[in-house]
Amino acid sequence: MSFAKLSVSVLAIAAVSATTAAAQSRDNVQIAGSSTVLPYATIVAEAFGENFEFPTPVVESGGSSTGLRRFCEGVGENTIDIANSSRSIRESEVATCAENGVTDIIEVRFGYDGIVFASDINGNSFEFTPSDWYLALAAELPVDGVMVANPNTSWAEVNADLPDQEIAAFIPGTRHGTREVFDERVILQGCEVTGSMAAMMEMGMDEDAAEEACMEIRADGVSVDIDGDYTETLARIDADANGIGVFGLAFYENNTDRLQVATMNGIVPTVDAIATGEYPVSRPLFFYIKAAHLDVIPGLQEYASFFVSDDIAGDWGPLAAYGLVSDPELAETQSVVADRVLMGQ
Amino acid sequence: MTDMPISTAPKRSLYAQDARTKKRNRAETRFRVYGMAAVITGIIALIVLLTSILGNGLSAFQQTYISYPITLSEDRLDPEGNRDPAEMAAVTTFGYLPVIAMSLQQHLEAEGIDPGMGGRELAAMLSEEAPAQIRAMVLANPELVGTTIDAEILVGGRIDGFFKGRVTMESAERDRNVSPAQLVLAQQLAELGMMETRFNWDFITWPDASGSRPEAAGLGVAIIGSFYMMLVVLALALPIGVAASIYLEEFAPKNRLTDLIEVNISNLAAVPSIVFGILGLAVFINFMNFNQSSPLVGGLVLTLMTLPTIIIATRASLRAVPPSIRQAALGLGASKMQSIFHHVLPLAMPGILTGTIIGLAQALGETAPLLLIGMVAFVREYPDFLSTHSNTFPLMGDGATALPVQVYSWTQRSDPAFVERASGAIIVLLVFLLMMNLIAILLRRRFERRW
Repeated sequence: MSFAKLSVSVLAIAAVSATTAAAQSRDNVQIAGSSTVLPYATIVAEAFGENFEFPTPVVESGGSSTGLRRFCEGVGENTIDIANSSRSIRESEVATCAENGVTDIIEVRFGYDGIVFASDINGNSFEFTPSDWYLALAAELPVDGVMVANPNTSWAEVNADLPDQEIAAFIPGTRHGTREVFDERVILQGCEVTGSMAAMMEMGMDEDAAEEACMEIRADGVSVDIDGDYTETLARIDADANGIGVFGLAFYENNTDRLQVATMNGIVPTVDAIATGEYPVSRPLFFYIKAAHLDVIPGLQEYASFFVSDDIAGDWGPLAAYGLVSDPELAETQSVVADRVLMGQ
Repeated sequence: MTDMPISTAPKRSLYAQDARTKKRNRAETRFRVYGMAAVITGIIALIVLLTSILGNGLSAFQQTYISYPITLSEDRLDPEGNRDPAEMAAVTTFGYLPVIAMSLQQHLEAEGIDPGMGGRELAAMLSEEAPAQIRAMVLANPELVGTTIDAEILVGGRIDGFFKGRVTMESAERDRNVSPAQLVLAQQLAELGMMETRFNWDFITWPDASGSRPEAAGLGVAIIGSFYMMLVVLALALPIGVAASIYLEEFAPKNRLTDLIEVNISNLAAVPSIVFGILGLAVFINFMNFNQSSPLVGGLVLTLMTLPTIIIATRASLRAVPPSIRQAALGLGASKMQSIFHHVLPLAMPGILTGTIIGLAQALGETAPLLLIGMVAFVREYPDFLSTHSNTFPLMGDGATALPVQVYSWTQRSDPAFVERASGAIIVLLVFLLMMNLIAILLRRRFERRW
């Protein structure tokens, strides 16, 4: 009882002081979301604080889904103003948002992120195609009308042109937005190109089941899910010379002295190749603004406009220098922010 | 009574050891060896940990600076010529970068040094923090425009890494963010005394910086945030914890209810700290509307986490005071409260203080609950003690981070220079913990009584 009393009294003291204090509005922008967008958001927040009279926004990470969940908690000063996301918002999330009163959302696409495959700088170099990754990592492959467990253990078994090196892949865990892109753009693509998907559908699977079977990654230790950040993937590659990791382009650009990058379909991942769409594995990056906060939280509109300005998100801005692939349609994005164009309009 | 039974055991000399004694002695020797091995394993682990942290982190306390005269040209920085800070603020940091880079180029030319690279590559040697520093300086003192100032600015993280041995000529060849030519020039400038690596207070006082300027990242906000949280914990957990323990130990009846409370307190001490974070989010942020990311909420959460530790330690030290002290006080006519506050509590003080400081130290190193209340964040504004823009409660309501949180964030950044920063932050955290434990020992020495 005493402990209960005690916690009640703590709460009571705090509650009394809460009600007596004057209500004042929050004057800094509060942001949360994708860890891929985090470095870009911090660069912008820092420059925003330096160049404007507004305080520097507070940027939290935690992943796209976490950010969007908090974004959809409701409208008010104790909810965040902007959610960073490395994927577009899902229908179900829009519905949750609407349920909680967050009906007006502005979707801002500010650039692209390339996903690259890199290995230790002193090891073999690789030239991949999506099929190689599918054949190396799929849980089961269709052989003569039946699904058998993936027997491949060396890259040479997958594709005779690749070096005879043990397969050891470090791919992002399922909580990362990066994983979704990897599954769809690499594994599923490989599944279609190799004809495995057609084979599966001949075996009587419908399209959804076949896609699901395609994207199932083997769990026998050949492929390791990394739930942490790219720094963890890098540490695993340092420890295992055969390791090949999946990274964001920006991370690779910052560690070119330790990593070598593999080509995909013969294309070297560079900012240009990604911007033109030649390099196949890339995805757009977004942030979502809660329109109801725009005239309440000081600096919110200015921050969003500053983020997508040519000085920042343009080809020669600090974001591109860090590894962002600038959006070729940046002018359109700028007008979306300036005119506060809501989603679905 | 005089007829003692004569022992039938064989005669033994006290000087010669028999087989059983030898066996027992051997067992003892073996045990000592095991004990020593255990201690040595511990010491080796500690040494490995400390060398790795110190080896990685000590360089964070050093930073490379470049000093040269910067000409603050009027047509670039104050085109209107009014020296009005509001007008001059229209020139952003992007407008200051060329000014700084051109001044460097001109200075090198005047000194007769051939940089061997273009202006853009030369500018890339400087920290991105530099334009912001110069801009703040100019806006604070508009009269500087048009003059030439002797400025000392940070160099970029890779150049700094070169002087610390992290970046070498070989790695620079493979590295897209630095070229060997830049390193050659840096070496040359260092020999001329223009570039200097020296002790870096800014690491302790400056706020965090973004991933593109590791050289400017500091612990200022994190240290203040941790300090505020410790204040909250101390101000709430100590009085509440001590009051609860005195009541439970001295006044409360011993029945099933108090037994239940006791079991619950011990249980709470072992609850994973993240659970308190979930509680804090629900109660302090969602229900009571305190600010997210604020040290106030962090402190309240850590208070809940520390209370059981303090209560257990306090009760143990109250129990350790001999009953004779209480009985003597009561026998001389003191009331129960007088006996406790005049005699028992002072004697239990060293134990209570030690328990409190251990609880505080535990709270200082905690990250998990802070994750949920938004303190694992990028924060650049120093938090005020009396917040001017908190929506509910003015005390410590600004956003802040904490020391262990800063370590966590820095280990996730892609630039390798943040490895050094993270280890440096661990060193600072260890120094704080060492200081707190030292205070605990001193207090114990000071108040300890024997009887």
